[in-house]
This record gives sequence, structure tokens and C-alpha cells, in this order.
Amino acid sequence: MSASQPPIDSPEIRRLTPVLAPGHTYSSVTDKISAIVLTRPISLGWLIGFVLAFSVFGVLNIAIGWLITKGVGIWGINIPIGWGFAIVNFVWWIGIGHAGTLISAILFLLNQKWRTSINRFAEAMTLFAVACAGIFPLIHTGRPWYAFWMFPYPSVMGIWPQFRSPLIWDVFAVSTYGTVSLLFWFVGLIPDLATLRDRSTTKLKQIIYGMLALGWRGSARHWHRYQSAYLLLAGLATPLVLSVHTVVSFDFSVAIVPGWHTTIFPPYFVAGAIYSGFAMVITIAIPLRKAYGLEDFITMRHLDNMAKVMLATGLIVAYGYFFEFFMSLYSGNKFDVFLVHQRLHGPYSPFYYALILCNILIPQLLWFQSIRNNVIILFLMSIVVNVGMWLERFVIVVISLTRDFMPSAWGRYSPTVWDWATFIGTMGMFVMLIFLFVRVLPAISIAEMRELVAETSEEHK
Amino acid sequence: MDDMSENEFMHGRKHDHEEHEDSSRVEDHSEECAPDPTVHEHKLDLAAVRAKLRNHGGKQYWRTLEELSDNPHFEELLHREFPRQASEWDESVDRRDFLKLAAASLAFAGIAGCGNKPEQLIVPYVKQPDGLVLGKPRFYATAMPFGADAIGVLVESHEGRPTHVAGNPDHPSSLGSTDAITQASVLNLYDPDRAQTVTNAGEIRTWQQFLDAAAAAVSRSKTVAGASLRILTGTITSPTLAAQIQSVLKLVPGSKWHQWEPAGSDGPREGARLAFGRYVDTVYRPEKADVILSLDSDFLASGPGHIRYMKEYYRRRKLTSPSDTMNRLYVVEPTPSVTGATADHRLPLRASEVEQFARALAAKLGLGGSGTLEGAAQKWLDAAAADLQKHRGASLVVAGEFQPAEVHAIAHAINASLGNVGTTLNYIDPVEANPVNQLDSFSELCADMDAGKVDTLLIFGSNPVYDAPHNFDFVSKLTALKKSADPNKQERKVGTTIYLSTHFDETAEYCDWHIPESHFLETWGDARAFDGTVSVIQPLIAPLYRTHSAFEVLAAFTDKPGVTAYDAVRDRLKAAGTGDQEKFWRKTLNDGIVANSAYPPISAALKFNPASLPPAKTPSAGQIEFIFRPDSNVYDGRYANNGWLQELARPVTKLVWDNAALVSPKTAENLQLAQRAAARGGEHGQIITNVIDISLSNSQVTAASWIVPGQADGVVVLPLGYGRKNAGFTGSNKGFNAYMVRTSGALWMASAGSDIIKKTGEDYPLACTQYHFQMESRRKILSAGTLEEYRKNPSFAHEGDEQPSKDISLYKEFAYPGYAWGMAIDLNSCNGCNACVIACQSENNIPVVGKDQVMRGREMHWIRIDRYYKVETETGDPGGPDYDALANPETFFQPVPCQQCENAPCEQVCPVGATAHSAEGLNDMVYNRCIGTRYCSNNCPYKVRRFNFLRFQDWETPSLKLIRNPEVTVRSRGVMEKCTYCVQRINNVRIEAEKQNRPIADGEIVTACESACPSEAIVFGNANDKTSRVSKLKAQTRNYAILGELNTRPRTTYQAAVRNPNPELEKA
Repeated sequence: MSASQPPIDSPEIRRLTPVLAPGHTYSSVTDKISAIVLTRPISLGWLIGFVLAFSVFGVLNIAIGWLITKGVGIWGINIPIGWGFAIVNFVWWIGIGHAGTLISAILFLLNQKWRTSINRFAEAMTLFAVACAGIFPLIHTGRPWYAFWMFPYPSVMGIWPQFRSPLIWDVFAVSTYGTVSLLFWFVGLIPDLATLRDRSTTKLKQIIYGMLALGWRGSARHWHRYQSAYLLLAGLATPLVLSVHTVVSFDFSVAIVPGWHTTIFPPYFVAGAIYSGFAMVITIAIPLRKAYGLEDFITMRHLDNMAKVMLATGLIVAYGYFFEFFMSLYSGNKFDVFLVHQRLHGPYSPFYYALILCNILIPQLLWFQSIRNNVIILFLMSIVVNVGMWLERFVIVVISLTRDFMPSAWGRYSPTVWDWATFIGTMGMFVMLIFLFVRVLPAISIAEMRELVAETSEEHK
Repeated sequence: MDDMSENEFMHGRKHDHEEHEDSSRVEDHSEECAPDPTVHEHKLDLAAVRAKLRNHGGKQYWRTLEELSDNPHFEELLHREFPRQASEWDESVDRRDFLKLAAASLAFAGIAGCGNKPEQLIVPYVKQPDGLVLGKPRFYATAMPFGADAIGVLVESHEGRPTHVAGNPDHPSSLGSTDAITQASVLNLYDPDRAQTVTNAGEIRTWQQFLDAAAAAVSRSKTVAGASLRILTGTITSPTLAAQIQSVLKLVPGSKWHQWEPAGSDGPREGARLAFGRYVDTVYRPEKADVILSLDSDFLASGPGHIRYMKEYYRRRKLTSPSDTMNRLYVVEPTPSVTGATADHRLPLRASEVEQFARALAAKLGLGGSGTLEGAAQKWLDAAAADLQKHRGASLVVAGEFQPAEVHAIAHAINASLGNVGTTLNYIDPVEANPVNQLDSFSELCADMDAGKVDTLLIFGSNPVYDAPHNFDFVSKLTALKKSADPNKQERKVGTTIYLSTHFDETAEYCDWHIPESHFLETWGDARAFDGTVSVIQPLIAPLYRTHSAFEVLAAFTDKPGVTAYDAVRDRLKAAGTGDQEKFWRKTLNDGIVANSAYPPISAALKFNPASLPPAKTPSAGQIEFIFRPDSNVYDGRYANNGWLQELARPVTKLVWDNAALVSPKTAENLQLAQRAAARGGEHGQIITNVIDISLSNSQVTAASWIVPGQADGVVVLPLGYGRKNAGFTGSNKGFNAYMVRTSGALWMASAGSDIIKKTGEDYPLACTQYHFQMESRRKILSAGTLEEYRKNPSFAHEGDEQPSKDISLYKEFAYPGYAWGMAIDLNSCNGCNACVIACQSENNIPVVGKDQVMRGREMHWIRIDRYYKVETETGDPGGPDYDALANPETFFQPVPCQQCENAPCEQVCPVGATAHSAEGLNDMVYNRCIGTRYCSNNCPYKVRRFNFLRFQDWETPSLKLIRNPEVTVRSRGVMEKCTYCVQRINNVRIEAEKQNRPIADGEIVTACESACPSEAIVFGNANDKTSRVSKLKAQTRNYAILGELNTRPRTTYQAAVRNPNPELEKA
């Protein structure tokens, strides 16, 4: 534990709430975590949850099927509001998908031990969120069957994408991020997959986990190679955490729409992404540790740290809001000044006030230790932040478009049932994938927890 | 404006038409489509067919059809174009089976073709018609009869399909331009809901059977006493048709001709009689007038000659330098019209107060009589009167069509006293073939029907069941039974009713015979234009269905039922011509008009003194005045089934797909009527308004209300033409039927206490394409000033503009060495008449999306006309509480097509390069490449891009396939589209120019919007050529770019609107 110690993170508190509850051995850790996958029977709760999530996922499929049959006109978008829920949800999911890699890569590089028990499922969550996000840019196009034209493939017509468009940058940024996140996650899984292979009791599981374990035998050479690969991938993933949402923010800031065309967007989008990502990790961690009795591994220490990250990024986001306003007013640009007026007094002002409430005001409670240590309040607050971050994207994407340059072309946006079905459907897909994940893969890194056992036992000596 | 080159160009195209071969070709078609009496005879074995159908599951439909085709009768049925035979199938065939067969037979229509033409294979012409080059459109001159006018048009024809209508530069009522209705008339031709075959009591009949019935009616009238034939028509200006009617009247004893045009007023006719003792028509020359006063006349946008008047009027408003002069227009009107909205001075008065105004004006000008107005109105009148007097001989007073005879007579007297007769207006003999007081004429018919004096009633050009005054109760007249001693023998009072119309509409339901009417593009005919010029109507296509013209129907009642309209028109014209008759006929067909056939001005002696009028009825202030006006789009209801017109935003209200009871903001407040933008669509789509019940004249109608700034307080406008029950798929059950509360005693205005309006408590969503009316202090969107301001500061339009310098871009500046296409839109000439919008829709295959989609903000027009009021209110919505500001706001219109930015924001953001810049500066759309991210639309500051959110195009309806312009891609769903500056027209001209190895001349390329624009507000050309018209306009000090500070550098620029207010009134 040679990491830098922020002043509020006093040694005393850390001792009170360690990253791993005392008394665990290598085998107890391994047993406890692998049991969720290998030995525990399917619980009724899991089954109900999975079936529910799967049904919602079905709704997504219906919504997409209908969309492809009829066209994007089934949504509420129009002229002037060319982008609606699809892009809002895309940005929201991508934002959520930031936490996993941040936790795994950046905190790994910073040697923050407390990341260990949450990185695995945070990464999984990242992948699932990116998968949910990735659906939207594809299906929001008028002719999704031609969406592959956005990739620079060697077309016989000699046509390339238009590289000046931020949407093309998006394609690269998101697909790179998705690929690296997947690799990072998978590399981290290899030792655990080997553990599962070794502990599997049925032939099928042995074969599947065996194939996935890529012949891992746990030799020193394996560990050596693994460590360097993991470190390299962490290094590779780190800039991506920052770049993805920066590029996503370019979709807006490169455009000339008042409310989009702002230089503060890249840092403010990244901060917002981490903010919502951590909120989502908390949203998942709290029920997960409860359901599978993982309180020893995901301790109050973790929750406390994550709440602090949330508070910090929330303050950056608040700073972003403030400066967005300030710059609009300070610039004297009539369209920007008008935008401020619209956000505060326009027909969509309730959404803006709700956003301020959810993203700035309520999270200030996190200054209090007692709040951070109250699991239920923390859980609710993480949901509030997720709602707030969704509203932020709604305010940016939709409301900016409703009233731009030509007053004659002003319009309004209201989502249809298909907008909601698609949005909620992706949530169903996300939850469904999480449910599957906890049953088929170790939700907490066994190998890293063993390392932690070694380290904590040393510490307690 | 230099329109000569345009004229020559249009001529050049028109002369492509080497007259005779084509006209005879069309003639042959009509012969081919002559009725075949044998066709109907098989009572084809329907029972067997049905049995077969039943025995097969629905899924096996194609196989079934082939099997069915083995039956020779069925085969024949298919060849006779099956869907018309719909009623032969009795009710026991279920709808699904029928629809399947109908669809199948439509597929067969490709083989069967029109009518009973022989089967055709797709092979090249063995002998190509002279002058026809496949793939090249040809242009034919014809005319659209419309009320007491005929609008001369050149119709574009692609391989025999008329696709687009443009004005005929040689025609006096067009001068090369059109209006929205004329542009849209081509869609009526292909309307899939048109009636397709002769029916009697709903049963299909052959033409021969009808001829027999007509002959029987004639013989009855000769033998049975009191069995008379009555003909009810609309207003007719066709000399040939009128002669035909006269010959029927002569031949059939006791027959009479009645006329009823629901949206034509007797006011002008009776006003002329009051003033001159006889019917005369007035032809205005706005070009010669310096000061014009309109007494509730929308002479720029409706009524005979309006296209020409618009042209002439705006020629006097073209500015090239601050030293130029302009005419001045004063308008007194109850509700903002196109004319009034852009007038220099506008005074909102109730319709009934307009007469008081006219009397007071006459008194002021010393014509006798007396009368004053209240306060500000009197000041306004004084200033206008002084201005008129100052311009004696160069002033003009125009009385509104819907004003009573007295106002017209006073206007005649004022014009005479101001010395305007012979300079700014002329009197001519009536253009109508038989001018009568139509209300009297129609009342007489109704009385005679009641009295049982009518044995046979022939109706055409009118839809009386729908549009007759409701107190006439025309349905009961048609269906009333004779008093009979024998209760078992029930006989109707009116023996036989025959109705000719394009659709099986409301009146058709109650008539015995229904004859489907040919479209004017399918028939021969003639018509007089507003100035008396005879226009020839020549068909562009053989009738699509077994339709007949009024001429043919009338011929059935003569002793020569076989005479074709072609022969009649030709004979008549040849008789009129001098010299080589064949040459004359060809020239007439080529030009579309009979040269020098306009009526000469007559001198009409004024026999009227305003002082002799009985005192005017003073309307009581507390009462609500209801006025009836034809709708700007669907007119009296006859265009209700025209989707282009339904979806066309009305100039002032911007409403589509519905009519609404229009009220002023103050009246709305008094009546507690409100409206608000809906969450879906909002300002650009859906407005929720209150529904009101109007109980007027012992009848009631339920209407949506709509607040119109600038309307006179206490006035409720009830636009006619909606609420049709049987107009077709597009037009039925839209809006409310104002005819329900219109009586013969109050055709144009009715007064009643405000308690007759009751809020029902319900709300109704109206589709409105632009609700927000103010510019939010963004002055440089629409720049406007007064003539005085312009003279003081010629560059007021772009004062304080920030135009970023050209070198701030990362990209290298493109030089545009060749042509640089550009457009100049003179806002001083735009009054929002909408002609350009429909011209564009027709030229560019723009789909109609329907009310629901418009309410979601998804209409597809490539050019929209923005309307702004020059007031700042809190909300910028007409429903707001600022009545005083909205009582009479200055109104401006701005057509907005794609601005074709040189530095286009849309191009930067398209991920696949589907919108790209051409070397000539066009912002091109590559539809094939578009994947539909809509990023371009988001980034377009002008919001001129349109997206196919769903599959808006109709790919199935066969008739609608014919209307498409083959030179323009038909876009499917998921693709962005927008104005291309009519790139297909640019390329057509380029090909010709390159063939001749010469540069494209200025004015050679005419975009569809430019060609349609009656006020010549839109000019297109090469901005690199400093001598081109567009360059000269762009070089004017009034020139400015919308949102130029965004550095988009649009190729479409605007010339600021300049109003010419009277300094006297300005001071006040």
C-alpha cells in the first residue's frame, strides 16, 4: 500500500474498512468466488431476474425489428430534432462504459488495491454498456443495412468514409475502445478461467473453460507474460478512457448548433462519463454483494472510495455546467445567450432543473461520511446520478436542437413508445448480460484476490 | 426584371412541339377510348369466379389468378381494367378477395393499358413521332379553366405523361407564371380516387346506355308537357361549351341553364350592373398604378387574372437603386390575405365595415353620400384618399370579390372620378359566357325542382349537395317524392338526375347517372381568360379512364351525339381565323391562345351616384361577424382530394390538412379560446386548439379555432372547402364544413351574438408548419425596412453584419473557375403565395406525408415560406396575451430553399460523403450514398434538409407512378433530401449548350420555383457572370445572406424587403 493517500482517506478509516475482510485464505477466496459459478444452484431470485431481463431484451428485439421494418420514423425525431433518444442513450451508455476500464486500467496503473474486487464486474459492465451503446448509432441511421459504409473498408467503388465527420471518429473511437476493453477483460480472466477449468465437475464445463483458459498452467513464465501483457493493455486502455468520450463529445462540439459548439465539452464529457460509470458500478455492486454475500470482498471501503470518485467527478461536471453558462453569456453570442435563456425558461426547463438537482445538488450529500456508508442511500443516489446524467445528454442533444438559428424552424421533441421500448430494451439487455455474467464467469478476480490475501496477511503481520 | 430571355427560352422549348402530329395523336387516343358497347354484355360468370376464389386459400393468390385467367370472360374483364367493375361484384365477395383481385388487375393494367386499347409490348417506336426524342420532355400549351378565368400553361410531357405545369409566357393570365392550384392541377389527373366509369344508381353502365337515357330524356321533354331539362353548371367561360349548351337549350323545349359557383360571388356582377346598368368585367392594370387601394380584395392571389396582377404589381416594386420609386398599396380587409399581409398599409376592418369605409371614402373624394369612420380609421382613410387624389389617373381602387354590389359600384365610381378608367383599369364585356346572378339562377332551379317542373337535371362543374346554401336543402330537392294517389307508386319529383364530375362525390350519391369527368389535360376545349382571350385546351394524354368531358355529355342531348370536342373546338376556331386555316389552327395550338382575341375595352357610362344608395346597415359592435371565404388551397372544396394542396401551408396561418375558424387574438381572449404547442412536433407541427360549436342560421357546425394576428376583432372566418364526406381518400372528413352554416341570405357574411359560439371543452390538434412568428431579435434573418430608410441608408440590410474573413479556414479556398450557380430572392417581391412550393414539389417528386407526419414535424417541402410578424411579444406565439401588438402586425414572407452554402456545415459532418460540393458550388445530395444519420440536418442552420423518416413515397398506386419526373430520383426511406437548385434542369441546359459549344446564357436555366413565381422574386443564374441578373441583384445594397456571420457563405442570398408607407400615416 504505497499509493498516495488523500487526506480524507486516513489510515484509521482504511483499517476500519479494509479492501478485504480479514480472515480469508487463498482457498476461502477461491471457494467463495468460484462457487457462484460452479457449485451454487440457480436460485429463484436469479431465475426471476433473468427472465424479467430477458423479456425486456425481447422488447428490444421487437423494437429493433419494427424499426427496421418501418424506418426511424417510428421514433419521435423530426426536423429540426434529427437526433433523439438514440443518440441520448448512446452517449449515456458509452459514458457508463467508462468506469470499468478506468477502474481496471488507470487504478491499476496507480496501484490502487481497492480496485481489485470490483474491476472484473466493472469491466464486464463496461463491455455490456458499450454493446448497448453500440446498438444505437447503428440502428439510428435511416438505412442501417448500409451502416458499414462508415468503416474504411476497401470498397470496389473506391469510396472511403468522409474522414472530416466526427461520426467517423466515433466509429474508430468506440470500436477501438470496445476491442481493447474486451481484450483487457479477457486477459485478466485467463487465470480465473483456468481455476474454473480445474474446479469444474462436468466435462462440458471443463472443455469450455479449458478452451477459454488458453492452456494456462500457472507457471512462473505464464505469470510473467501475463503480468506484462496486462500492464501493457492497461497502458493502452488508459488513454482510451479519455479519448472515447472526448471523441463522442466532438459529435457535438464540432457541429455549429448552439449548445453543442463548446470547447469545454471534451473534459466535461469525460468527467461526466466517469461520474455516471461509477454510479452504475455502485448500482450493480450493492445488490451483487448482497445477493452473493460478497460483503467481505466488496467492502464499505470500496463503496466509500467509489462515492468519493463520484463526488469528485460530479464537481467537475458542475464546473462544466457553470462554465458552459458563463462562456455563453460572456461570449455575447446572441444564439448562445438565447440558449441559456431557453434552458432556464424554455419549454424544456423542467428537464434542466431536474438535471441540476440530480447531478449537482443531491450528490453534495456525499460529502458526509454517514451518507457514503449508508448502502441504501448510496444505491439510491447512484440511480439519481444515472438519471441525472441521462437528463444531461437529453438536454444537450435534444433541447439544443429544438431551438437553434431559424426561429421559423423551431420544433419540439417527444419520444414515442418505440423510443422508450428501445431504451428500456437496452437496459434489459444490459441486466440480462450482467445476470449471465455472474453465473458463468467469476464476478471478482480470483487471482487478484489471492494476491490481495497475500498482501493483507503481510500487512497484518 | 429582364424576362425577355426567359420568354424566348420558353418559346424555344414550346416550339419543340411541331403541332399537328401530336395533336392528332392525342385525338386518335380519344377515338380509341371511345366506348365499346359490347364490352359490358357478359354477365361474366361471377358466381363461378367467386366459387373458385373461395375454394382457394388466400395465400395462393397468384396461382389462383392464373387459373382464373383461363376463363375467357375473366380474361376479358382484366383487359377492361378490372377495378372499375367493382360494383359488379356483389356484397358476398369479401373485401379482401376483392382487393386482391383489384391489385392484381392493376398489375395487369400495364398490359391492358388505358381503356380498351389493344395489348402493347414494350418495343421501341417503329416510326418515331416527329420531333419526339425519347427521354426528352416536350411542352404543350394548354389552359386550365378556373372560375371566370383560364390560366394558360405549358405542360411538360414525358413520353406522353404530363408531369409538370408551368406558366405560358404568351398567355395573358399567366405571363409565364402560375399559382399553387394550377401547379397542383396535374396531380388531380392522376388522382387514384377518380371516378372511372359511367354508373347508374351505382351500377356500371356503358356510355351507350347513357346516350340512350339522354335521348329518352330529350324525347320525353318533347312529348310530355312540363318535362323540362335543366342544366346546372359552374361559371363557364368556354365559348364552345356555351354554344353547345345553347344548342341543347334550343333543341330541347322548356330547358333552362342555371349556374352556381359556390366560391364565385355575385358582388362584382351586380356591382357592375348597379354602376353601369349592365354586366361588365373589370380588367386592372396594376402596372400603371402608383397608388392602389384594395377594399377587401385579394386581387394578387385570387380571383380572375390574379397571376397577371401579381406580376404587374410587383414589377412596380423592383428596386435596383435607392432612387427607384415604388407603388403603394393600401388594403382594408377583415382577415389577412396574401395581398393585405404584405401591403404598405393595412387596416383591419370587419367585412361589413368595408362598405362604410367605401362610402366614407366616396364622400371624402366628393362623390356624394356621407359617412365617417372612427378615430384612427378615419385618419387612415384621409391619408389614403389624399394619396389617391394625388395620383389621379395612376391610382386604382379594387373592390373585393366577396363584398356586396354596393362596394363594387362605389369602387367603380371612385375609379371613374379619379380618372383611372382607361389607364389603370379597363371595362370589357363579361368573360363569362352567360353572366347571371347565380344565386337567383340557382334559387330558381331549386324552386322549380320543388314545384316538380324539372324532369331531367344535368349537373356539371358544381357539387351542389356539398356546396349549396344549407337552407336550400338540395338533397331533399333531389330526392323529394311526388304526391301520388297510389301509395305504392312512388315517384320522385325530379325525374332523372345526371351528374358529371371527376369523383363519385357527395352529389353523385344522390344522382341517378354519374358520368366520370375528364381532366382538362385529357380533353379538348377552350376557355376565355380574364381579359377575354380565347385559350385552347388541348389534351396531353388520352383519358386514363372511361371519362367524358362536359362537351360529350351535352352532345348526348343534341341530335349529333357523336361530335367530338376536338371537332367542335377546331371548327369554331377555324371559323374565327383568317387566311390559311390549317396554319392558324396550328399556331393557335402552339401558342395556346387565339391571337388578339382579348375583348377590347368598352366605355361603360357610369349611372351611379354613391349618394343614391340607401343608408348602410350599421353592424352592431357587440356582434360576431362570420365571413365565408374560399380556401386558399382547396378553393371551394374541389381540390380537397389533392394531397399537394392539402399539405401546402396556407400563406398566413401555415395550417395544413384542416381548416379552422379563424379569430383575432382579442376575440379569442373574449371567447376564452386558447391554443398551445403540443409536446410532439410543437411549433413546427402540432398545435392544440379549442373546439367550438357555431350555431348559425338554424344550423350548427363544430370547428377548431385558430388565432390569426391581424384579423379584425369580432370577425370569425369560416374557410370553405372542407368537411367533405366523399371527396376521396385524401380529402374526406378533413376540417369542418362551413357550408353547413351558410345560407342564401348570408353567402359571404353573417352576424350573430357572440353567444352562438360555444366552447365544447374539447381540444383538437391542428397541423401547422410554423407557429412561432417572431425573429427573436435576429434581425438579419429577414431584413426589412421602409423606402425612406433605404434611401437614407442603402445598405441597411447588412448594416453591422459580421462576415468572417475567407482565410480562417483550414481548407484551401476553392476558386469556382466555371459557373457559380446562385440564387437571389427579392423579399420585396414575395407575398408568400406558395406557387414555388408546389412547383418544386411537382418538379422534384416530393412526397406528401399526411397530417400525422406533418404534426410530427416531418413535412418534405424543399422550399418553405417562413412568415414573420414584425412585433416582439413575450412568447412569439399567436396564442400569447399580447393582443395589442398582434392587432395588425407587419407581415413578411421569406422563401427558404437550401442556401447552397459554399462552406456548408452539412458537408463537413456527413460520415459517408453523401452530401458533397460540386465544382459549380452546388451542395449535392448523393441519395445512393446516404445512410441517414441526419447529422447534416442537425448541423444545417437553415433547417432546409428533409428526411424520409418513413417510406413517404407511394410506390404502389399505379396512377401516381405516372406523375413522377423521370429526371429526378424518387427517394425511399432513410434518405436525406433537399433542394438541388433543380440540378436536372441545369444539366439539361448544359448538355444543349455543350452540344452547341457555347456557354450557358443567363436566364437559360430556370428553376421550378423561379418559373412558377408570379412576382419574379426568385432569380437563378451564374454568380460568376457579372452581367447576369442574379449577379446584379447580389450586387445590390439590399443584398444580404441569412446568418452570414456563421461563415456558411450561402449561394442563395436575399434582397431586403422595402415597404413604401405613406409618410403622413407614419407620422401618426
